[in-house]
Amino acid sequence: MSIYLEFEKPIVELERKIEELEKFTDSEEMNLAGEIGELRKKAEKLKKEIFSNLTPWQRIKLVRHPHRPYTLDYINLTMDDFQELHGDRSFSDDKAIVGGMAKLDGRPIVVVGHQKGRDTKENLKRNFGMPHPEGYRKSLRIMELGEKFGLPIITFIDTPGAYPGIGAEERGQAGAIAENLREMSHLKVPLVSLVIGEGGSGGALGLGVGDRILMLENAVYSVISPEGCAAILWKERSKAPEAAKALNLTAQNLLGLEIIDEVIPEPLGGAHRNYEESASNIKKSLKRNLEELTKLSGRELVERRYNKYRKMGKFLES
Amino acid sequence: MVWFRKPKYTVAGSPSRKEMPSGLWTRCRDCGEIIYNKELEENLKVCPKCDYHFRIGARERISFLLDEGSFQEYDRNMSSVDPLKFQGVISYEEKLREEQKKTGLIEAVITGEGYLQGHHLIVAVTDANFIMGSMGSVVGEKITRAIEQAIEKRLPFLSISGSGGGARMYEGMFSLMQMAKTCAAIAKLAEERLFFISLLTDPTMGGVAASYASLGDIIIAEPKALIGFAGPRVIKETIRESLPNGFQRAEFLLKHGLIDMIIPRKDLKERLATIISFLEKPSLETCLSEGD
Ligand SMILES: [Zn+2]
Repeated sequence: MSIYLEFEKPIVELERKIEELEKFTDSEEMNLAGEIGELRKKAEKLKKEIFSNLTPWQRIKLVRHPHRPYTLDYINLTMDDFQELHGDRSFSDDKAIVGGMAKLDGRPIVVVGHQKGRDTKENLKRNFGMPHPEGYRKSLRIMELGEKFGLPIITFIDTPGAYPGIGAEERGQAGAIAENLREMSHLKVPLVSLVIGEGGSGGALGLGVGDRILMLENAVYSVISPEGCAAILWKERSKAPEAAKALNLTAQNLLGLEIIDEVIPEPLGGAHRNYEESASNIKKSLKRNLEELTKLSGRELVERRYNKYRKMGKFLES
Repeated sequence: MVWFRKPKYTVAGSPSRKEMPSGLWTRCRDCGEIIYNKELEENLKVCPKCDYHFRIGARERISFLLDEGSFQEYDRNMSSVDPLKFQGVISYEEKLREEQKKTGLIEAVITGEGYLQGHHLIVAVTDANFIMGSMGSVVGEKITRAIEQAIEKRLPFLSISGSGGGARMYEGMFSLMQMAKTCAAIAKLAEERLFFISLLTDPTMGGVAASYASLGDIIIAEPKALIGFAGPRVIKETIRESLPNGFQRAEFLLKHGLIDMIIPRKDLKERLATIISFLEKPSLETCLSEGD
């Protein structure tokens, strides 16, 4: 079953019309090919128009689409021989983060990423992609394994945020994220981070200190959720669309601000319309970025990574 | 001591009234006790009844901790810009001007070097009175520079955090990236085997808690300080349950193994000096050298 977003309505209506005409052609043996062709062209044009002018809030709707591809979808579509590794060796296996070893076009790598659930049952297991501290500790263990054996690291970012809960606080959510940030900053192997959906604040950054930060075309990355920002600044959550605009959270905004390095195109209508095309774009970009980064020594990588984050920020000195 | 001087106030109605004449009395935010300001000052802004440690500003903190006249401030005039031209209810520039007027500070952090009972060190103090002590570009940059000074001068680094907000929304992703920036600098400090003490005061939350403030070699908290990743209100709304007593307070963190110790304010200077004296310089140099 398809799920449509509000702003996709005009497209859906056109597509329904085309479907009806096609049925009619089949049954009545009338040739409506001309009309259908015209409508198809019109639908395509409309799609391009709508999807090249999305507001930040519409992009948020798009990345929260229940059919959006998640980390494991992209691992399966872009990599081979994935060997999932479980647990933080201390408390539990947080299923909101997955990770392991895999091959990208034959090259062994390690990969970690936030994992959302597709339905209610899976979302309970995945906690809607909101990790606990043990998730971050698992991810660090896997990244350090990569460093130890000289394997490049790829991280997929897709979380509303780190989980705000009692257990998470008891086990040191803040410290777990902070340790990831510190350790990722000096891992001596190439590290590419890709935001595939929602980049929710510190919980996203906890997997995001890469040599390259890439974003899918409709992905968002923000210091706070637009709803949270609206509640604090506007005192009403319904102002989330305004907050989404003000926060400059789209891939296009962040490329312009030089926070991220590259925007990876999605199929027309969003990644969920064509998993394979989306995965193939991702694979191309990951391969190219790794090729460039693997030319650098561990020391050069760490030095450049330090300088990359060192430069971030805007201020005035007098 | 001022006990012989008659307090200059007139109590209109009951002393438990919510609005007290400002400047004379303060109500304890923890136990509700009404405390005479002079008494509060003399007690280092600690409630004499329940031991709640009142928030104190960055300047006050520095003058209370460091040897008199020893503090040399860094980057005093660094100020924020509005990198997103943030379109909110009020502009970021307006907000900044308001906060500057209210606090007399230019930004939410003060950094510099000085002496604590004779120990030379670098300090960075965030001030919860300035946009909740949240970390925007200026806070991140000044803290990173302070850490880099510690490396250059081979001095211990003491951070004192009072940051309820964590990130500075108005700066969007520039704000979030300060977490990565400061943590990367802490990694360098650690590689240089320089000592980092993090003192967490009320409140230390969000992006500050989830970055450099949680990375001290030694992590100390003031009694009852609120410390955590997510704010209690957000947690309550998420789990739809009431929170346990003392949740996210310093004592809760100590119990769960997340901090090294809690030090009451009156003992802070003395105890910090003792702690620094252990790790100021590496002992047994030969064990630490990588060999030649
Ligand atoms: Zn009290």
